[in-house]
Amino acid sequence: MTRSNEEPSGELSILGYPILAWLIFFVAAPLILVVILSFLSRGEYGGIEWHLTFDNYRRVFQPIYLNIFGRSLELSTVTALLCLLIAYPVAWAMASANPKVRTFYVIALAIPFMTNLIIRVYAIKIFVGMDGPLQWFLHFLHIPFDPYALTQNTVLVFYGMVTSYLPFMVFPLYAALEKFDFLLVEAAQDLGASNFKILFGVIVPNTRVAALNSFTLVFIPCLGEFVIPDLLGGAKSMLAGNLITEQFLKVRDWPFGAALSVILIILLLGAPLVLRKIFLGSIHGVAA
Amino acid sequence: MKARPRAPFWAFGILFGVLFVLYLPVIVMVVSSVLTRTDHWVLTLQWYRLVVHDRELIDALIRSLEVGFASSFISTLVGGFAAIALVKSKFRFVKPVEALSFLSLVVPELVFALSLLSWFFVLRVQLSLITVILAHITFSLCFVLMTVNGRLAALDMTIEDAARDLGATEWRILRTVTLPLIMTSMLAGFLLAFLLSFDDFLITFFTCGVGSDTLPIRLYAAMKSGLTPQLSALATLMLAFTVALIFLLKRARGLKIFGQM
Repeated sequence: MTRSNEEPSGELSILGYPILAWLIFFVAAPLILVVILSFLSRGEYGGIEWHLTFDNYRRVFQPIYLNIFGRSLELSTVTALLCLLIAYPVAWAMASANPKVRTFYVIALAIPFMTNLIIRVYAIKIFVGMDGPLQWFLHFLHIPFDPYALTQNTVLVFYGMVTSYLPFMVFPLYAALEKFDFLLVEAAQDLGASNFKILFGVIVPNTRVAALNSFTLVFIPCLGEFVIPDLLGGAKSMLAGNLITEQFLKVRDWPFGAALSVILIILLLGAPLVLRKIFLGSIHGVAA
Repeated sequence: MKARPRAPFWAFGILFGVLFVLYLPVIVMVVSSVLTRTDHWVLTLQWYRLVVHDRELIDALIRSLEVGFASSFISTLVGGFAAIALVKSKFRFVKPVEALSFLSLVVPELVFALSLLSWFFVLRVQLSLITVILAHITFSLCFVLMTVNGRLAALDMTIEDAARDLGATEWRILRTVTLPLIMTSMLAGFLLAFLLSFDDFLITFFTCGVGSDTLPIRLYAAMKSGLTPQLSALATLMLAFTVALIFLLKRARGLKIFGQM
């Protein structure tokens, strides 16, 4: 392709100012406000008092709250690992199918991904609910169960999280495998490598940057997830997302909620650094 | 292109397993919206009739559509223009725009939502349909920008050079050459923004005021008090609408952001 040899002119640059103004006003300013808010104290009727304090942060480090953060980190890590484990074979199968079928797979995965989360959670609830097929099936097999525990539990939260975030993992891996040189796979096959060896010895090491990126892409939204644990987990599974939401919408302790959010963001900023170390530091042999 | 070596059968097994697990609850939901058990199972559309005649649901639907159209229209304009400025001109603030749109993408939705709620509170803006629209524009801008950017970067620059050599001004080139070429991607950006807006729950949940709830908020509230076949019918209708939009998006080549197809 021939590139224009003329420098682009500055005339059209005026078209960039609206988005700049918008992003400063609706992204940067609100986030800065949250940081400021986290150093203020709560007003008598749930408002904000402009009085500087570190109390909100001191409260975050109480054991109950640390516990909730710990559980959220655990849930996010397990979800992201499960997604990674499932997504590799899925992306591999998709990329090795013929082009027409490939398009079908992309759409088949994109539909649930772009469908409203509430609808998907609703469908899961119908499935495990009172008159749902799962309970009918368990009755049929004469397996005893507690109908209430069945509709709200940790397994369902994992199921909801993994099915919701799997596409975030599959699509980047699939994009990487699309560009991947499959001659390497053929070479490994010719040399007699098993399919497991090909996956872990050839495909994974060559796509580990994409794996890292998609792991982060799953991990981050999981940490702030509110809807799935709220609707599928019941009261016992309080997570960071639910805690923060409660501070803002129910307890109306905004400064404390803001402090929790700031900690969440710090965790999120730190996570990619740690993950980079784990992913790119521990796999030796193949140059990036 | 030469055929690639096929992935082993167990990889396909997992792929089909995933698709099965993803679609099974949805299929059950659709079936439960048209089946009713009285003495035996009967096929019925009565729950759909209930949905259509529910004034409150129809009002929520209208609000959802209003928010969707208004927010995706504005974000297509602002985001599309921004893509042109970023690719075609010496815009001085490329870095800040890129950094901020990246930020809007990686900040957890929850923090994004509550930061806007606090912002509106401090500015003393009453929560209403307008605040929902403002919030939706903000999160869809970046997606429009990416969609149009991809198309612009792949354009053959020589066509514009030809127009320039013939003495056209930058604005004339934009109007008569560039814009027609990127129209499809602008449309894809619009559809994507609309889809994101129509499906959004969390950000709407935080920024909508009394009486300005959209369809997903309705469904959430109703679900908290129990499941009914009427809700299944509503959810099925919303699902059908989303699927229709996805196929439109595919025609406008907007699914490219998910990978080569």
